[in-house]
Amino acid sequence: MASASSSLLTKMPTPSNTTISFSASLSPALPLFPSQFYLRRHRRTGNALRVQSKIREIFMPALSSTMTEGKIVSWIKSEGDLLSKGESVVVVESDKADMDVETFYDGILAAIVVPEGESAPVGAPIGLLAETEDEIAEAKAKAASAGGSAPAPAAATPAVSPSPPVPAPAASAPPPPLPADGPRKTVATPFAKKLAKQHKVDISKVVGTGPFGRVTPGDIEAAAGIVPTKPKVAAPAVAAQPAPIAAAAPPKAASAPSTPALPGSTVVPFTTMQAAVSKNMLESLSVPSFRVGYPIATDALDALYEKVKPKGVTMTALLAKAAAMALAQHPVVNASCKDGRSFTYNDNINIAVAVAINGGLITPVLQDADKLDLYLLSQKWKELVEKARAKQLQPNEYNSGTFTLSNLGMFGVDRFDAILPPGQGAIMAVGASKPTVVADKDGFFSVKNKMLVNVTADHRIVYGADLAAFLKTFSKIIENPESLTM
Amino acid sequence: MQASLSLSVSNPAAIPRSGHGFESSLPFPSKPVNLRFCGLRREALGFSSTSSSSSSSSSSISAYRSNRNAARSKKVWASLGGDNGSSSSAPKSFDYDLIIIGAGVGGHGAALHAVEKGLKTAIVEGDVVGGTCVNRGCVPSKALLAVSGRMRELQNEHHLKALGLQVSAASYDRQGVADHANNLATKIRSNLTNSMKALGVDILTGFGTVLGPQKVKVGKDTVVTAKDIIIATGSVPFVPKGIEVDGKTVITSDHALKLESIPDWIAIVGSGYIGLEFSDVYTALGSEVTFVEALDQLMPGFDPEIGKLAQRVLINPRKIDYHTGVFATKITPAKDGKPVTIELIDAKTKEPKETLEVDAALIATGRAPFTNGLGLENINVATQRGFIPVDERMRVIDSNGDRVPHLFCIGDANGKMMLAHAASAQGISVVEQLTGRDHVLNHLSIPAACFTHPEISMVGLTEPQAREKAELEGFEVAVAKTSFKANTKALAENEGEGLAKLIYRPDNGEILGVHIFGLHAADLIHEASNAIALGTRIQDLKLAVHAHPTLSEVLDELFKSAKVSF
Repeated sequence: MASASSSLLTKMPTPSNTTISFSASLSPALPLFPSQFYLRRHRRTGNALRVQSKIREIFMPALSSTMTEGKIVSWIKSEGDLLSKGESVVVVESDKADMDVETFYDGILAAIVVPEGESAPVGAPIGLLAETEDEIAEAKAKAASAGGSAPAPAAATPAVSPSPPVPAPAASAPPPPLPADGPRKTVATPFAKKLAKQHKVDISKVVGTGPFGRVTPGDIEAAAGIVPTKPKVAAPAVAAQPAPIAAAAPPKAASAPSTPALPGSTVVPFTTMQAAVSKNMLESLSVPSFRVGYPIATDALDALYEKVKPKGVTMTALLAKAAAMALAQHPVVNASCKDGRSFTYNDNINIAVAVAINGGLITPVLQDADKLDLYLLSQKWKELVEKARAKQLQPNEYNSGTFTLSNLGMFGVDRFDAILPPGQGAIMAVGASKPTVVADKDGFFSVKNKMLVNVTADHRIVYGADLAAFLKTFSKIIENPESLTM
Repeated sequence: MQASLSLSVSNPAAIPRSGHGFESSLPFPSKPVNLRFCGLRREALGFSSTSSSSSSSSSSISAYRSNRNAARSKKVWASLGGDNGSSSSAPKSFDYDLIIIGAGVGGHGAALHAVEKGLKTAIVEGDVVGGTCVNRGCVPSKALLAVSGRMRELQNEHHLKALGLQVSAASYDRQGVADHANNLATKIRSNLTNSMKALGVDILTGFGTVLGPQKVKVGKDTVVTAKDIIIATGSVPFVPKGIEVDGKTVITSDHALKLESIPDWIAIVGSGYIGLEFSDVYTALGSEVTFVEALDQLMPGFDPEIGKLAQRVLINPRKIDYHTGVFATKITPAKDGKPVTIELIDAKTKEPKETLEVDAALIATGRAPFTNGLGLENINVATQRGFIPVDERMRVIDSNGDRVPHLFCIGDANGKMMLAHAASAQGISVVEQLTGRDHVLNHLSIPAACFTHPEISMVGLTEPQAREKAELEGFEVAVAKTSFKANTKALAENEGEGLAKLIYRPDNGEILGVHIFGLHAADLIHEASNAIALGTRIQDLKLAVHAHPTLSEVLDELFKSAKVSF
């Protein structure tokens, strides 16, 4: 099969073989967000910190903006072949075309990780490039141990792809809906599978509402937090892809003055991620939300924090744990309204926590936060933040939240107001804890640390009393935080 | 003169809508008959329109193929019975010069050509005139595809917007669509009947059985003799064992063409051109489709490159998924509130893979020859998987490997190339031989088309086939390609997606194969198929002129881009 040509373009002035370059590296730096600047900087720091090895990873390039995985049509080179910079190494088939992929580096093709005919997600390693023959064995061992997940990083070079890289489905991305998807109980229609892949929704976690309990396209859209409009809307969903990432985005209006263009102003188009944030923020307008604030004394919490801090417990973990415990008693606040007609109660309490990263924000999710203890939670959180900074979060690590926590207290913000992310019932905005003069019931004044929390909720399912009761529980937990350590 | 006049009058009357589109289908464009023939045929049609109502009712009296074996109208046409009676052994004079068993498109083509050549001809039909193509195949499916094509256009807001059009939501009436397909079949059927009658072909109604050499039984007890016999009994949908067809939720193309329901989710078993066309219809009408294909690739049989491109356009962006390399071993219709279940096993390891649950299943695993009850045992012919063995001149071969005198078999029943127009071409080839001109049909010149949106068409060899042949015979193969993206007319239609591919010998300019995927590919292929049939070389085709701007320039460019070394 002569597939090395982009068959669509044959008679066009350009040569029929579209050639794309990938960069080879061992860095797992997946292009989660198309911010080249960020990636590059990251690489430098990575290089500085890490021990160098001259084995580079060849990974699946993003050949188009909609490509999430590619299939290896053929390896032009075989293991042991000498490669020189600019040579075509492999032919990759994307959703659009077959393209030759060339190397940026001289070296030896040490190992083929993904054989011909198989698919790999964008960014996943498909082969290893060794600089000298001595390293071939090492590379082979690496390939054998890689087993699909990102191997230990060494030299780091980001992927440079011709189009904005797609938000990353990392090594063990969502289940491919195509043939042989194994024995799964869930029955999903073809279009539902396509949508799930597009929106990175884990089908096995979606409850099907179609005939015979099958998962319909509507179910996926609901799970992805998309307002089901016409089915066609889903098709050109480049911008919608990272939707779940930003789904839990609290308002971060940091520097977004929206004035008409003044002379001398510059227009910077949104990155894919920023576009997704924008889209989600607009979508939130269709949800009738309301806010309830609550002052909470934090002296006890602060004292506890001082005690557990040496053990690696973070304030985020404390707050997440407290929120999760409160949610366990008020399941409606952990619920969501997907179709405007019903409550969807979530079995798990997954606390998404907003984190600002360069040029955007992301909400890593602490799953089952009510069940994990503080120490595990803290550890988990550290991992998630590291992964987020390295753009390595798996989709279910940022889109599975059932409740969001946003804390701007560290900036001295005393109170703020969060926008409800699509697909969730409530979001909590936490302000700074400040010494406040309070009068007790006997009229004695004292100074106590107080923080203001402000919860935004979907009033279709969460009513004022629900939220008030939840906040009361939450404040009790914070004010008597011993239970947090249990 | 008169004839052509009556044609022009009767045509618009008979077809109130889209007379234009319809007219082209009257002369059966799928059949490679000489142009001068068309005149004759039109004449016949012109005549027939006046009496169409009576004749169409006569053909619709006959019941369906399924109960074909049951007792049916015992009468053969009166003129017949009287004339000849049943003459017994070794007749010196025959009732007919030629009897054709089966009045499908193959038999029809043969009959018309036989009359043209002065043969006294009868055609035997136990079911309805027109056979699979007209009643349960190409014809009604084209009606459905015409609808699906328009639905697709109307639903594609992006496409319409690019043309500056605004259309509010498109919807359809299932019964209306079904009626359109049914009406078209009826219309073509009566045209077919009338054209034969008008030319003096006797239509013998009844099940035809070969009693012996040159002797055919029609129905229960009428025996007719003929100098030569052509078997053209065609085929029926092939249903692998383990699959229970109930006609409602597990169906074949026969049922699907009636469009009695449009399931939300339908599995199509087989991704050949039948399955592909139905996937086009169903997805345009709102269904989701799952393909089940036994081979490792979808669309086996197409040139791999074309298949791949077609998959990118016709499958990947649509609401279709697929399972390849699997057999459907058991399909159970929906009942007792349960969905249709399809049990899949790995095609190679035979291990069970998974069970699909869908709303309906269409079995499009190909077609099986319809040769049961033909009396082949009377002439010592053994079928091979149901197909009647023939030589390259369509002469039937008996179980000893000898050829049976005066007996021919054309069309799906011989399995050489299961296409309506191939059957017709084979019939014409046989008649040529019978009337003193040896003729061997070049099957590599017969085009094939798949009427998806956009269409796929092909003639000759695929690239792998050509390379294999080249290796064996020691010649060079070259490939040229052109894109529809560079074609003005295609761009004007905003349908630039497409590819034409030429496989040829650079040493002598011979065309080995042409494959087209793109707007109106089915109509474009004939320049290539005619060139192959007539042996025209690329260097000569390069000099031919094409009107500008037309889609035919895609082929013009294709030929011009070929590099022939002299």
